[in-house]
Amino acid sequence: MTAPAIKATNLTRRFGDFVAVDAITLTVARGEVFGFLGANGAGKTTAIRMLIGLLAPSAGEATVAGADVRTDPAGVRRRIGYMSQRFSLYDDLTVRENVELYGTIYGLTRVEIRTRMDELLARIGLTESRDTLVRQLPLGWKQELALMVALLHRPEVVFLDEPTGGVDPITRRRFWELIYATAAEGTTVLVTTHYLDEAEYCDRLSIMVDGRIAAMGTPAEVRSQVGVATLDEVFLTLTRAAVAP
Amino acid sequence: MSAFRGLVRKETLHLLRDRQTLAILFLLPVVSVLLFGFAVRTDVRAIPIVVVAPAPDAATRALVARIAESEQFRLRGTRHSEETLDDAFQAGTVRQAIVLPADTEQRMARGERLVVGLVTDASDPNTGRVMEGYAGALLRRWHAERSGQAPAGGVTLLTRMRFNPTLESVNLFVPGLIALILTIVAAMMTAISITREKERGTMELLLVSPLRPSAVVLGKVAPYVVLGMANMVTVLLAARVVFGVPMRGHPLVLLGASLLYVVASLGLGILISTRAETERTAIMAALAGLLLPTLMLSGFIFPLDAMPRPLWVISHLIPARWFLTIVRGVMVKGAGLVDLWRELAILAAMSVALLGVGIRRLAIRLP
Repeated sequence: MTAPAIKATNLTRRFGDFVAVDAITLTVARGEVFGFLGANGAGKTTAIRMLIGLLAPSAGEATVAGADVRTDPAGVRRRIGYMSQRFSLYDDLTVRENVELYGTIYGLTRVEIRTRMDELLARIGLTESRDTLVRQLPLGWKQELALMVALLHRPEVVFLDEPTGGVDPITRRRFWELIYATAAEGTTVLVTTHYLDEAEYCDRLSIMVDGRIAAMGTPAEVRSQVGVATLDEVFLTLTRAAVAP
Repeated sequence: MSAFRGLVRKETLHLLRDRQTLAILFLLPVVSVLLFGFAVRTDVRAIPIVVVAPAPDAATRALVARIAESEQFRLRGTRHSEETLDDAFQAGTVRQAIVLPADTEQRMARGERLVVGLVTDASDPNTGRVMEGYAGALLRRWHAERSGQAPAGGVTLLTRMRFNPTLESVNLFVPGLIALILTIVAAMMTAISITREKERGTMELLLVSPLRPSAVVLGKVAPYVVLGMANMVTVLLAARVVFGVPMRGHPLVLLGASLLYVVASLGLGILISTRAETERTAIMAALAGLLLPTLMLSGFIFPLDAMPRPLWVISHLIPARWFLTIVRGVMVKGAGLVDLWRELAILAAMSVALLGVGIRRLAIRLP
C-alpha cells in the first residue's frame, strides 16, 4: 500500500480560547477526489490553511504528499497546488503572463513552462486566447484557468477552496470533468464546496461541524451513517444537531 | 533567481497596464515642479527701479543709461535724495533703489572703494532675492567697465531688504519636492499595491508558493525603487532646465541618499500595508501618516528652528528631515560625504530598520 496523499492525526488549531479545529483525523489516498464539507465557520478554512503549510497547528500532526506540515511547510508548499475561493489570478495580466509568473515562482524552466502551458491551455480550449487579459475572460473560464495554473507544476495534491462559486450548472459540470481528469492522472484532489450535489461526485467526503469531523466516508456511507436519503438531509441533520445540542 | 525576476516582471506589468496611475506618477513630478516653481517665482522682468545720485556725474549717467537699456529693469527716474523713497516703496511703484555717493566719479578715478546702497522690496522673498542678484550683477559690470584696465578699490554693496529681511531661497523647494514625490511613489504605491493583493486574494496564492514571504515582498517593491529613482531624476532635470536650480555637490551623493530614502519609504509603505485591510485605508493612512509629516515636520514648509519644542523633537523621527538636509546640502551648498556623513548614517539606519521591520511584520501577519 502506498503512503496516503494526506494524513492528519488529531490536527488541532486554537486561537486563544477558541478551538477552530478540534482534533480532526483523516486520510486521503492518492488519486482520490475528497470532498471537504462544512458550514461557514465550521473550521474548514483553518484546517486547509494548516494542510497547505500556511498556519502552524496547535497540536496533532499532518503530512501532505509525504512532507510534514509542522517541520517542513515549505516542502508541503512545493508539492501542492492551491486554488482559492476568491478568484486568484491577476486581472491585468494576460493568460500567458499569469501562467509564466506561476511557472517561474515554482522554479520551472522556460521550456517546461511553454510545453506545460500549451498542454493545459489546450485542455480548456484557451490556446487562442493566450494573449487576452484575464479580466476579459468569462468567469467560468477564469476558474478553469485558475485550476490549470494550480496544476502547472504537477503537484501531488491540489487543494480547491470552493472552486465553483458563482458559476452556472453547465460550467460547474465542465469544471468537475476537469477535476476527474486531474484525479485520473494520479493527482489527489481535496475540494471544498457549498453545493451538495457536487459532494455526490466525490469519491469520499467529510463534513465538519464546530471544528470536528461529524461524518466521513463515501457519499453512500455518509447517508447511511446518518440514516437519511440525500446529502442535503445529512448536512441539515448534522448542522442542526450542532445548533441545538 | 528566476522566481524573483518573475515577480518583478509581474509587478512591472501591473504598473505598465495601469496607464492612468502611471501617467499620474510621471506627470506628478513635472507638474509639481512647474507649479511650485512658478508659484514662488513671479516675473522678475521690468523691475521698477530708482537711482539716487546726489550729484550726477559721468559715472552715474553711464549707470542710468545701462539700466534704461536693460530688459530686467524699468527706470523710474533719478533723484537727488532718498526723501520720498519710502512712500514709493510703500505704494509699490518702486521696488528697488540704487543709492550712489555724491562723489562717485572722483572716488572711482582715485581708485577708492565705492560703497553703493541697494534697497530691495522683499515682500515676496524669492523675487527679492532674484532682484538683488540682478542689480548686484549690473552694478558690478558697470563698475568694472568704468574702472577700465586698472580696477582698484572695487565696489561694496550695502544691501537692504525691505519688508522681509530673512530670505528663503527659491532653491529650497526642490529638495522638499523630491522628498514628497518619493514618499508618494515609494510609500503610498507600495502600501496600495500590497493591500490590493491582500484584498483580491492573490497574495494568498503567492504565499502558498514555495517562495519565502520576504522574497514575495522584495519582488513586489523592487519596481517601485526604480520608479522612485526615475521620478527623482525627472524632478532634478525639470528644476534645472526650467528654473536653473543648481547642483553644486556630487550627484552620486544625492542618488545614494535618494536610494536610502526610497528604501525607508518602502518600509513605511509595507508597515502601512500590514495594518490596512483595504486600498482605501492604505491611501488614507499614507496621506495622514506620511505625507503630512513629510510636508510639515521635515523643514520643507516650516523651518525646523522655528518649531515648537515637542514638534522639533518629533521631527527627528521623520526620515524626510534628514533626507532634506542632505539634498539641500548637496544641491545648494555643494556639501559632500564629509559634511553629511551623520545625516547619511541616520538615514541608512532608518531605512534598514524600517524595511526590516516592515518585511518581518508583513511576513508574520500574512498567513
